Amino acid sequence: MESDSQSSNPKTTQVETKPKLNSKHQSYKLQAQNVDVFYEDFQAINNISLGIVENSITAFIGPSGCGKSTFLRLFNRMNDYIDGFSMNGNILMDGKDIYDESVNVEELRKIVGMVFQKPNPFPKSIYENVAYGLRIQGIKDEEYIENRVIESLKQSTLYSEVEDNLDKMALSLSGGQQQRLCIARALAVKPTVLLMDEPTSALDPISSGKIEDLIHELKEDYTIVIVTHNMQQAGRVSDNTAFLYMGNLVEYGDTQKIFTNPEKDRTQNYITGRFG
Amino acid sequence: MSRKLKEQIIEKVLAFCALVTILTTIGIVLILLVEAVGFFQEVSIVDFLTGTEWTPLFADKSYGILPLISGTLLTTFIAIAVALPIGLTIAVYLNEYAPRKLQKVVKPLLEVLAVVPTVVYGFFALMIVTPFLKIFIPDLSGFNALSPGIVMGIMIIPFVSSLSEDALDAVPDSLRQASYGMGSTKFQTAFRVLVPAASSGIVVSVILAISRAIGETMIVAIAAGQNPQFTFDPTVPIETITAYIVQVSSGDVPQGTIAYKTIFAAGITLFVLTFILNNISYWIKSRYQEKYE
Repeated sequence: MESDSQSSNPKTTQVETKPKLNSKHQSYKLQAQNVDVFYEDFQAINNISLGIVENSITAFIGPSGCGKSTFLRLFNRMNDYIDGFSMNGNILMDGKDIYDESVNVEELRKIVGMVFQKPNPFPKSIYENVAYGLRIQGIKDEEYIENRVIESLKQSTLYSEVEDNLDKMALSLSGGQQQRLCIARALAVKPTVLLMDEPTSALDPISSGKIEDLIHELKEDYTIVIVTHNMQQAGRVSDNTAFLYMGNLVEYGDTQKIFTNPEKDRTQNYITGRFG
Repeated sequence: MSRKLKEQIIEKVLAFCALVTILTTIGIVLILLVEAVGFFQEVSIVDFLTGTEWTPLFADKSYGILPLISGTLLTTFIAIAVALPIGLTIAVYLNEYAPRKLQKVVKPLLEVLAVVPTVVYGFFALMIVTPFLKIFIPDLSGFNALSPGIVMGIMIIPFVSSLSEDALDAVPDSLRQASYGMGSTKFQTAFRVLVPAASSGIVVSVILAISRAIGETMIVAIAAGQNPQFTFDPTVPIETITAYIVQVSSGDVPQGTIAYKTIFAAGITLFVLTFILNNISYWIKSRYQEKYE
């Protein structure tokens, strides 16, 4: 959107952490600059810098406890509520530091949507789940809300399955449907970034497949960051992949390259299943 | 003595202890029933339930329970009107806003409210709250429903706040995350997600508080008056079911008379009221527990 200056920022020019920018986009949508994260004394993230391109899908992979979820949650400040959390460095969105004092966290989270590991619909109707984000923004125009609900459900490919019972309780849906409902709920407020924290880990293979297809389609309109411990999934859905290990960014770049010809032995070992 | 025999004796003793409580309950219900049946042989149950005059101790006797019920419901309603908003606000504050450490200190402190002897509350209502309210409501009688209602409300705050806080705490953290992830403020998360998700638990807490308020005796006996009136005016003296029972029991009504039997008729009415409420709360609780499994 703005600031060519960001890509020329000296902090971001570390060669190994720079993904290929395609010609259309001259700046990063999201950017981490020398980020450290601590929980009390424990360092969960160690000096990570990377940039995420607009309308791309970026996968964070790595063994359990490597910090990939923590890293993801930096981008919508969901770590803020965790006791003992502290960080150094900057997280930029469209060139602006989202940890700046002037930033309204609630407003940020309306632009940066999140889908969680376990489907977590509210104990409300399907309709009210999707409408929730609009209602908390104070939108009263029922016609607009209805349009957004239907549109979002269509976008998340759930609409045809629930169109006749939008008043049904969300908890009566299957796990895969619930997760697509949660995606619809996130989409309803028109975010520009979608963070997905292992969105298919609690689902069966068929539901997972549907969600992967969905992620592919959403790329047109959203910048997507997905955490996964499923290597095949990262390979299938993402454009760029970051491999994290014990709080460090080991390697980051084009997914195809990472999976076929990684630069680091550790990446090679993890991807081929020799550890992790 | 053989080990086996010893074990058997211990088991019998324990079973006996359990049995005593059950037998006591059954005994109370039986006595209530038998005496109440005696009462209803002399007074028609329709008159009892629909009459608006309660004057069993006067020469011109009437046995309509409605004035006692209206008195009971009035004080209970005032108590809940005080306890629900305050209790729920405290629960939300403790659960969503207060630091854990503060919560650990405040919750037990609040519960102290429920263990203050009710005679102290009654005295407090009569001697302090009523005169205070008179500043704002000059027409307020010395005995009235408002003052003991408010004081009773304060007494049952911990019922609402403590159980509601437990219910809020039982809401899965994933819902909190979902709400914050959507850009909700703490306030929106608390009142649009957590409170509705915990609503059955909150309803249970309120029902238990209601049933405590209905059964409360000392506060209303001291501060509400002994004047059974079929009214919902909180500024005039009234009488609750419990206060009536105290009045008759401590008076010199001869045993076996119809006036004496009114105690049991009033008692069984009270019993039925609280029994129904407790069962509703039990039913809601069991349904609620299924929901998040």
